[in-house]
Amino acid sequence: MAVAPEKPAIYRGTRIPSPIPTILRVDPALREDDDILQVNFGPNHPSTHGVLRLIVDLDGENVVGLEAVVGYLHTGFEKTMEHKTWWKAITYPERIDYVSFQNNELVFVLALEKLLGLEIPPKASWMRMLLCELNRVHSHLVWLATAALELGAISMFWYCFRERERILDLSELVGGYRMHTRYFQAGGLAEDIPRGFFPECRKFVERMPGAVDEYESIIDRNAIWLERTKGIGLLSASDAIALGQSGPVLRGSGVDWDLRQNEPYLVYDEVDFRVPVYYNGDVYDRYRVHMDEMRESTKIVAQALDRLEDMAGEPWIVDDRRVVLPPRHELHTSMESLIHHFKIVTEGYRVPEGEVYVAVESPRGELGCYVVSDGGPKPWRVKFRAPSLVALEATATCMSDALVADLIAIVGSLDTVMGEVDR
Amino acid sequence: MTYEGVPGLVETRDAYGETTLIVDPPRLREACFHLRDEEGFNFLADLSAADYLGWPQSTDEVAGYKGSAAGRNINAPGSWGLARLPDPRPTRFCVIYHLLAIPAAVRIRVQAWIDDGEPVQSVVPVWPTADWHEREAFDLMGIVFEGHPNLRRIIMEDDWEGYPLRKDYPIGGEPVRFSGEE
Repeated sequence: MAVAPEKPAIYRGTRIPSPIPTILRVDPALREDDDILQVNFGPNHPSTHGVLRLIVDLDGENVVGLEAVVGYLHTGFEKTMEHKTWWKAITYPERIDYVSFQNNELVFVLALEKLLGLEIPPKASWMRMLLCELNRVHSHLVWLATAALELGAISMFWYCFRERERILDLSELVGGYRMHTRYFQAGGLAEDIPRGFFPECRKFVERMPGAVDEYESIIDRNAIWLERTKGIGLLSASDAIALGQSGPVLRGSGVDWDLRQNEPYLVYDEVDFRVPVYYNGDVYDRYRVHMDEMRESTKIVAQALDRLEDMAGEPWIVDDRRVVLPPRHELHTSMESLIHHFKIVTEGYRVPEGEVYVAVESPRGELGCYVVSDGGPKPWRVKFRAPSLVALEATATCMSDALVADLIAIVGSLDTVMGEVDR
Repeated sequence: MTYEGVPGLVETRDAYGETTLIVDPPRLREACFHLRDEEGFNFLADLSAADYLGWPQSTDEVAGYKGSAAGRNINAPGSWGLARLPDPRPTRFCVIYHLLAIPAAVRIRVQAWIDDGEPVQSVVPVWPTADWHEREAFDLMGIVFEGHPNLRRIIMEDDWEGYPLRKDYPIGGEPVRFSGEE
């Protein structure tokens, strides 16, 4: 737990810029020099993972100043959700972080269930965990594909997207859509697990460890990859905690902290998995955490499959008609059920007054959802704690002594999704 | 666990298994330093702000429910967000801090209640990660953080007027511009 004391510090003291923690200011002595060149990197640049703008001050090839500008993808999710019923609002979180959609859906549904006081059936918990872990692999694959692509490893992109397609096919099999499935409902799952899912998922679980080996054989002994990632973008454990980092960035800096293990939700306390921790706090270690997590997530999926295969016929959603739609077949025979269905869909259900904060370990770190309910059918306030936004705050700290080429590697390693940053 | 030693503590609430500490805004930073250094809350997980304008007066009256065709009627007389707020300071805005202790895995929520235009102390000196969170709360909710080193808009444009997440900011109030128009 926490920081291993015997490990040598990554660097002495703190590197967080002062007084503004997120802006690296050019040294005034250097400012006198005419050679400082200010460059706008982005907002439209293939290496910015969306629309991120970095104002970079360069002294030759050295980055001497940096400021990140965000907000280009702001779509007002939180405001919009205040105007939708709880029932309809479930569709929005998935679109906030479109790469880890399943985890985003989960956190909002968990917050809703906490307010409603719902106990969900075990089958739903296991299936949610399975899908969230598949989604973690999906997210890490997209990260690895794009981060490696930016450093010149084009072939990685095709290999990673090959497995990504398999995950999206599984997602389509379950929810009907490749992404943004809205498969999680308050109370459980929208539908039973379809026939044919288990064998297909089993094939994927058998395939995936070999695929991770393949990725490693491409880049893990590649001199260019190692040269460009080792010792780059350093972040110490204490700086990472002070800057609120979470997920692979925090674990790459030597802090053993994973909400799946430290604050278990769903049924993570019933599965066996390891939390990878690396101690050098550089781009390479963040890459190592991602690779190990793909292997561990595959193990969790395999264990969930074993359990779910024995749960055939069990309920997948609670039988609480206050919030759960009546079963489809009743709509054809019962007038009351039809009216009830209509009421829930059009008017929504009331959620007890109160405020809750729920956090889950998304592929990018602590994804939190703070929800205030006034007792009505619409949320009063919804706030997402976006791990991507927090990760971007660390750019200035990681960028000390960096070259302009390292900037690409560092921003890539922080694994940000701009949709989530700007919301 | 009790938090009686927290400076400026007004009230402690427990609901849904979560602990909320309501602190006096002028002593907020002091309270945060205490929580970080004495209680081990070294990680600021989230900072958000909520607008309680139009919060329902009684349980029969739910602001989100009694809407007009255009949406919630937030300007109806008598719905000025004064019901069921903490006793000493019934005010409009609430700034909410979600703290986490690593590795003890304890979470608490700290709240400071303020009125429109009233500043709240910045916690950037306590947790540097508060920088962008506070800028976001300033940008979208119009909360002024005293002592923030760089309090500028972060999400919206620099010359944006109004604070979009406030309850009296209309949805759909922004005119649509077409590319062919002059």
